[in-house]
Amino acid sequence: MTVQQLMEQGGFTAAALPEGDREVSGVYIGDLLSWVMGRAGAGEAWITIMSNRNIVAVAMLADTACILLAEGVQPDEGVAALAEEKGVNILCSPHSAYETALRLRDAL
Amino acid sequence: MSEGLSFHFDVDGDSFTSAGQASVQVKKDLRRLGVDPEIIRRVSIAMYEGEINMVIHAHGGHAEVRVTEQAVEIILEDRGPGIADIEQAMQAGFSTAPDAIRSLGFGAGMGLPNMKRYTDHMDIQSTVGVGTRITMRVDLPQ
Ligand SMILES: Nc1ncnc2c1ncn2[C@@H]1O[C@H](COP(=O)(O)OP(=O)(O)OP(=O)(O)O)[C@@H](O)[C@H]1O
Ligand SMILES: [Mg+2]
Repeated sequence: MTVQQLMEQGGFTAAALPEGDREVSGVYIGDLLSWVMGRAGAGEAWITIMSNRNIVAVAMLADTACILLAEGVQPDEGVAALAEEKGVNILCSPHSAYETALRLRDAL
Repeated sequence: MSEGLSFHFDVDGDSFTSAGQASVQVKKDLRRLGVDPEIIRRVSIAMYEGEINMVIHAHGGHAEVRVTEQAVEIILEDRGPGIADIEQAMQAGFSTAPDAIRSLGFGAGMGLPNMKRYTDHMDIQSTVGVGTRITMRVDLPQ
């Protein structure tokens, strides 16, 4: 399933979707960036509530398929534009991290 | 690639928001050289953690990345406060990161352990009041 399809099926919105046809291989949930760096797999959707610009670098370097901001969180000012420029997908979910994860489970 | 290539970066200690730029550039360079994606990912993660540490804990520094046919070597050097107890710093969960930095998602105390885990060799030389020099190596498949 691609990030674009995941967005449509999960009822999420896009803050930045420069690589919508990237395949999603799984899910990682976490807010501590070094945990994400160490544990998230390449191609996974990363559920977090962290919205500052450092998430863009983490997603690029850990090579996740997309950032999925849960709990109705929106990216901080300038972060969506940065993500767009760097080729990092950011989706937004109005639901809790748990509910968001359940939707991913159903979709994937 | 046979004669070896090296890249040099200044890591700005003041601009926290652009932290990670050197790692992102290295990732691009390695991709252009046709290095295996999983190797690139390991180098990127190890370098990012080291780069962020220089920004958070040492007011910036220098990074050098050397690519040969055998390995990718990363050398990170700063003139920060140094690390008093390296063994303690290497422990998962140990962090001296201030609250403002923690609120950005850093400070889990997992950076140095990640650097160790994702590289084939890692060496830390540090003197309190002088600075820190970290060398990491990721071997390339032969
Ligand atoms: N370049 C450095 N100069 C001085 N101290 C350092 C340096 N790098 C690491 N340290 C010390 O080692 C500790 C552990 O580093 P580590 O990267 O594992 O965790 P962290 O940076 O605190 O949190 P995280 O990496 O999980 O965001 C730091 O909190 C800091 O005290
Ligand atoms: Mg760190």
